[in-house]
Amino acid sequence: MQTIDLAATTLREANSVLQSQKADTNQRAWEIVNPKGAHAIACGLDGPIEVTVKGSTGYYCAGMNKEATVHIKGSAGPGVAENMMSGTVIIEGDASQYAGATGHGGLLVIKGNASSRCGISMKGINIVVHGNIGHMSAFMAQSGNLVVLGDAGDALGDSCYEARFFVRGKVKSLGADCEEKEMRSEHIEILKDLLLQADADAKPEEFKRYGSARKLYNFNVDNAGAY
Amino acid sequence: MCGIVGLFLKDKSLVPKLGAMLTEMLVTMTDRGPDSAGIAIYGNDADSKSKLTIQSDNPEIDFKNLVQDLSKTTGAKIAIRVKDTHAVLEISEKRASEIREALKTARPSIRVMSEGDTIEIYKEVGLPKDVAARFDVSSMSGSHGIGHTRMATESAITTMGAHPFSTGSDQCLVHNGSLSNHNSLRRKLIREGISFETENDTEVGAAYLTYKMQQGSNLGEALKSSLDDLDGFFTFVVGTKDGFGVVRDPIACKPAVLAETDQYVAFGSEYRALVNLPGIEDAKIWEPEPATVYFWSH
Repeated sequence: MQTIDLAATTLREANSVLQSQKADTNQRAWEIVNPKGAHAIACGLDGPIEVTVKGSTGYYCAGMNKEATVHIKGSAGPGVAENMMSGTVIIEGDASQYAGATGHGGLLVIKGNASSRCGISMKGINIVVHGNIGHMSAFMAQSGNLVVLGDAGDALGDSCYEARFFVRGKVKSLGADCEEKEMRSEHIEILKDLLLQADADAKPEEFKRYGSARKLYNFNVDNAGAY
Repeated sequence: MCGIVGLFLKDKSLVPKLGAMLTEMLVTMTDRGPDSAGIAIYGNDADSKSKLTIQSDNPEIDFKNLVQDLSKTTGAKIAIRVKDTHAVLEISEKRASEIREALKTARPSIRVMSEGDTIEIYKEVGLPKDVAARFDVSSMSGSHGIGHTRMATESAITTMGAHPFSTGSDQCLVHNGSLSNHNSLRRKLIREGISFETENDTEVGAAYLTYKMQQGSNLGEALKSSLDDLDGFFTFVVGTKDGFGVVRDPIACKPAVLAETDQYVAFGSEYRALVNLPGIEDAKIWEPEPATVYFWSH
């Protein structure tokens, strides 16, 4: 286990060391102590390493992650795991706004609550939130899965494309062109697998599925007057 | 972008450390607002006394013989504490608003930062650490306080454009965000007889709250109606004689973190501002909900 103390090492040095660990590295286990809410911790990782952050983080932790597993033993500030490509990011506490925004792949697990705009413009990432999510979550979501064990705030999935949303609790309101959909056996399978990966204690049958009503895909001439 | 910090003490043993704790929190928020900084601090409430915090660009000239001049015209017993460009006038009776009127004639160039029984507001242009040092904020004691670091977007970087803004006796407001209907709202408020010192959007927010309270709303109601009448982005923290409140606009894109322990309630634009508070590891930490008014009082 390699330890980086952010009270003694600059963030730039810390990230540079972590980013230089590629597929063939034999230093696979890392620990970051004294994060103290710093911004951009463990960003741009590009190898199959495991990084444990011992505390809470500021803006953009684990952004652009590829291959790596980042485990935050605290809460995360805005934009955690933004634009993640692959790998896994696990947050023991809560996540602030736009967690997992624009993510292309990988798995983001939030064991507490996520606030507004969780999964905004997601493009293939899987996000599992053990608690609740805030308003405008999955706005313009394109693909991937957003699983919420608790409740969802206002305007879930507004203007979404082909992403799937599974919510076990209440949805305060659905966004434009987002609707409840039939839960078929293939969805149960996807959900079962994601819940298992995210160590979430819930049954797939307890969830409802939401997704795009596909009415905003193309310009409708009848709406011309609205512009 | 701007930075806000706030600290409301429940544990009286921390009262002498309020200024030091608040200063450290404020300096952490420097990169959110390096243009100017300010704090409102609520000191001990001495019976039958009131205070005015005043500011002058020429303190040597303006503050000289000020007490004598004011006493001569009003007959009030006044003491003065000068701190850099600011000074606190301590009036031995509840006559702050009367003295404020007398100031207009005695020293027209002096500006009033705050008026009340316990509040003192200090604000200047410059890095938060320099501003805090000029006023020796870290040596101040008090029951609660609010600080702001400004990155100007809507108006010039001036002393009067810095936060906190006074919203009435013992009340103040700090703001992170930008109001988009401040010009039209300013015109409306001017028609209602309210005067403005700057082109600043937050001053309009502060004046709006003052106006609402003049019309009979309490602070909670005024904050609630601000959600309907103010357009734009805001996280507001307001200070009162007894405590402080927090409200965010319904979109809530301006960050906010609250922490509560048995000893204090703390606000930070980011968690970073709170990391060195005692017992933060075990504090209840959460993000305030959008369009929800939070309030703590003694």
